[in-house]
Amino acid sequence: MSMSRRGFVGALAVGAGAFSSDTADAGTIEHFEGYPDRYGLLHDTTLCVGCRSCEVACAKVNALPKPKQKAGDLDIFESVRRTTTTAYTVVNRYQEADGETPPVYRKLQCMHCNEPCCAAVCLVHAFTKTPEGPILYDPEVCIGCRYCIMACPYYALAYDYDNPIDPQVLRCTMCYSRIRDGLNPGCADACPAGAITFGRRDDLLKVARDRIRKFPDRYINHVFGEYEFGGTSWLMLAGVPFRELDLHDGVTHESLPAIGTSYLSVVPLIVTIYPGLLAAFYAFTKRKDTLAKRELEAALAQAREDAQEEMKVGLSKAAEKAKKDKERAVETAVKKALAEQGEGGPS
Amino acid sequence: MSVATADGGRNGIFTPFNLVTGVILLGGAIILTIRFTTGLASTTNLSNTNPWGLWIGFDVMAGVALAAGGFVISSAVFLFGMKEYQSVVRPALLTGFLGYALVVLGLLADLGRPWRLPFPFIKQAGPTSPLFEVSLCVALYLTVLFIETTPAVFEWLGLKWWRQLVGKLTIVLTMFGLILSTMHQSTLGAMYMVTPTKLHPLWYSSQIPVQFFISAIAAGISMIIVEGWVSHSAFHHQAQISDEEFRNINFGLAKGGAVVLVTYLAVKVVALSLENEWRLLATSWGAWYLVELIGFVVAPCILFVVAYRERRLGLARLAAAMTVLGVVLNRFNVTFIAFNWQVPQEMRYAPAWTEVWVTVSLITFAVVVFRWVATRMPIMYDHPDYPALH
Repeated sequence: MSMSRRGFVGALAVGAGAFSSDTADAGTIEHFEGYPDRYGLLHDTTLCVGCRSCEVACAKVNALPKPKQKAGDLDIFESVRRTTTTAYTVVNRYQEADGETPPVYRKLQCMHCNEPCCAAVCLVHAFTKTPEGPILYDPEVCIGCRYCIMACPYYALAYDYDNPIDPQVLRCTMCYSRIRDGLNPGCADACPAGAITFGRRDDLLKVARDRIRKFPDRYINHVFGEYEFGGTSWLMLAGVPFRELDLHDGVTHESLPAIGTSYLSVVPLIVTIYPGLLAAFYAFTKRKDTLAKRELEAALAQAREDAQEEMKVGLSKAAEKAKKDKERAVETAVKKALAEQGEGGPS
Repeated sequence: MSVATADGGRNGIFTPFNLVTGVILLGGAIILTIRFTTGLASTTNLSNTNPWGLWIGFDVMAGVALAAGGFVISSAVFLFGMKEYQSVVRPALLTGFLGYALVVLGLLADLGRPWRLPFPFIKQAGPTSPLFEVSLCVALYLTVLFIETTPAVFEWLGLKWWRQLVGKLTIVLTMFGLILSTMHQSTLGAMYMVTPTKLHPLWYSSQIPVQFFISAIAAGISMIIVEGWVSHSAFHHQAQISDEEFRNINFGLAKGGAVVLVTYLAVKVVALSLENEWRLLATSWGAWYLVELIGFVVAPCILFVVAYRERRLGLARLAAAMTVLGVVLNRFNVTFIAFNWQVPQEMRYAPAWTEVWVTVSLITFAVVVFRWVATRMPIMYDHPDYPALH
């Protein structure tokens, strides 16, 4: 098992202890701050012009088909789009231009959560949070259950619904191989408006706070992704409340795995407590039966004894009566004999 | 019911029952062939927004709950000494086994790479996943149910030694079944604890595992009543118990059903209070929530009580049917109706007719197998050579 996995699982602090021995520290008060020096990206939506150059660049560096509708084609913003297996990032428009205010766009892609829920809910552990920040996917173990897609709060994962043989879960890789080679992710290099900045996540947070401090009228005083559900590698700045960008602002700082898989800590309790408890129930039932049986037997024995006693008393009475009868009979017979003797006595 | 004559199959192949089931199963086979040659997109309305639909919502989520009768009744009889329910143990265990077999079949249809089903156990485990626990439990429990069903098979085949061996395992198997059921019935609910932003707050709860477990018990008890309703008329000639005993069993189950539903209602109300979501009841989602809670929990609960007190079998059966529907509705709500409630209308999920057809095919398949087994093996009656062994 890799170090990254160990650190990640340990950080989850959920009840995996029943199944896996390297999570002995699960449930402690330690807090995993995330890998130091991990990378991130900052999307400043106030700078984004909706040109979709990032989409084109993303397709290019990932060897995906070029987006069908050309960059700059505004019709595409009429409906909300989600990422697909051939488009790891899409830009949506959330507010049309209105007089002085420009349109508001948000770029959607995997947010590369600090504590990714997709990884926590994967039953074959196909996802790994790398120390560099990106979450990687292993198609060799994936069984295609799509729980990861269910669990993602950002709707950023895509699945091959057209593939009957080896469908995969695909999403932004934060250009892992590029950043390992010292390059920027494709989208960051392609953005002509400077709306996408790549760097160490800690540095990006400073940049974001700096911008808010310098232009307080331009920004909402919030860096999305700093703390949401434990924080994400992609950070966002906006001039409108994030809920207007179809994001849940004001969510807990606790990570989704911590919230969502805490129940699993109950499971070992069921396994350990139930056998004894059920054996006790079974014993109670048995004991009740045994006691009832014993009582019945005792009652029967008592009844039998009583009957015997009664019989004995009856017998002795009868014997006594018989004795008396006999005595009386003898007496009568003697008397009778004596009387007979007197009548016809010696003359 | 078309299953009314248990020996219908012996009057030739082309009976109405065989024709109808044949058409359904053939259609299902064709759809599944398309699904496995072209992918999920051709036969389902699944999308990246809605990765789980009817096959998970019904075949897995509702299926597991409806198959709970096996563990409920075997625990009652073998662990808690309620021996008067002995005559419904075998049909309930058979229903349970077939139910879980369906769950696995449904899952195989839904999985992207079904042949990798054993991967979590043989290749790489993801023990932090609730789904890992569910799959482990379902795999083990399906095995337990299989073993618990074998006595009827062994009696049918005359394998006395084997029959006695399994008979000796009864208590252990029952305990194991109850442990595994407690675990996975609740964890199926726990799977939704990771989606606080996607599942409507009225259905999302930190107590959803407990809600799933208790509602599964209600579904299990109700399914025994419903199943008895259908099979008692179909297999009446086999029944060894008198009509009076049969009625008493049903009224006992109705009483149990009422107690479980009251408990479930209490748990739901506690969750509403804990998370302080009363104000949401005034919304349209709240109205839909109340339909589920009052129409399919409170109402059948009252009907169960009346049925028990006034000894009205028809009412008990109505209440049982409503409870079953209510649990299915709850699982549908959690899986796809109240799930993704905030996404734009055009992204919402509704099952494709092909998905419905496959689900109906799976249920039909289970009915056919149940009928086949019950007409041949000692399910509805005690085998004369094996008195009171189980």
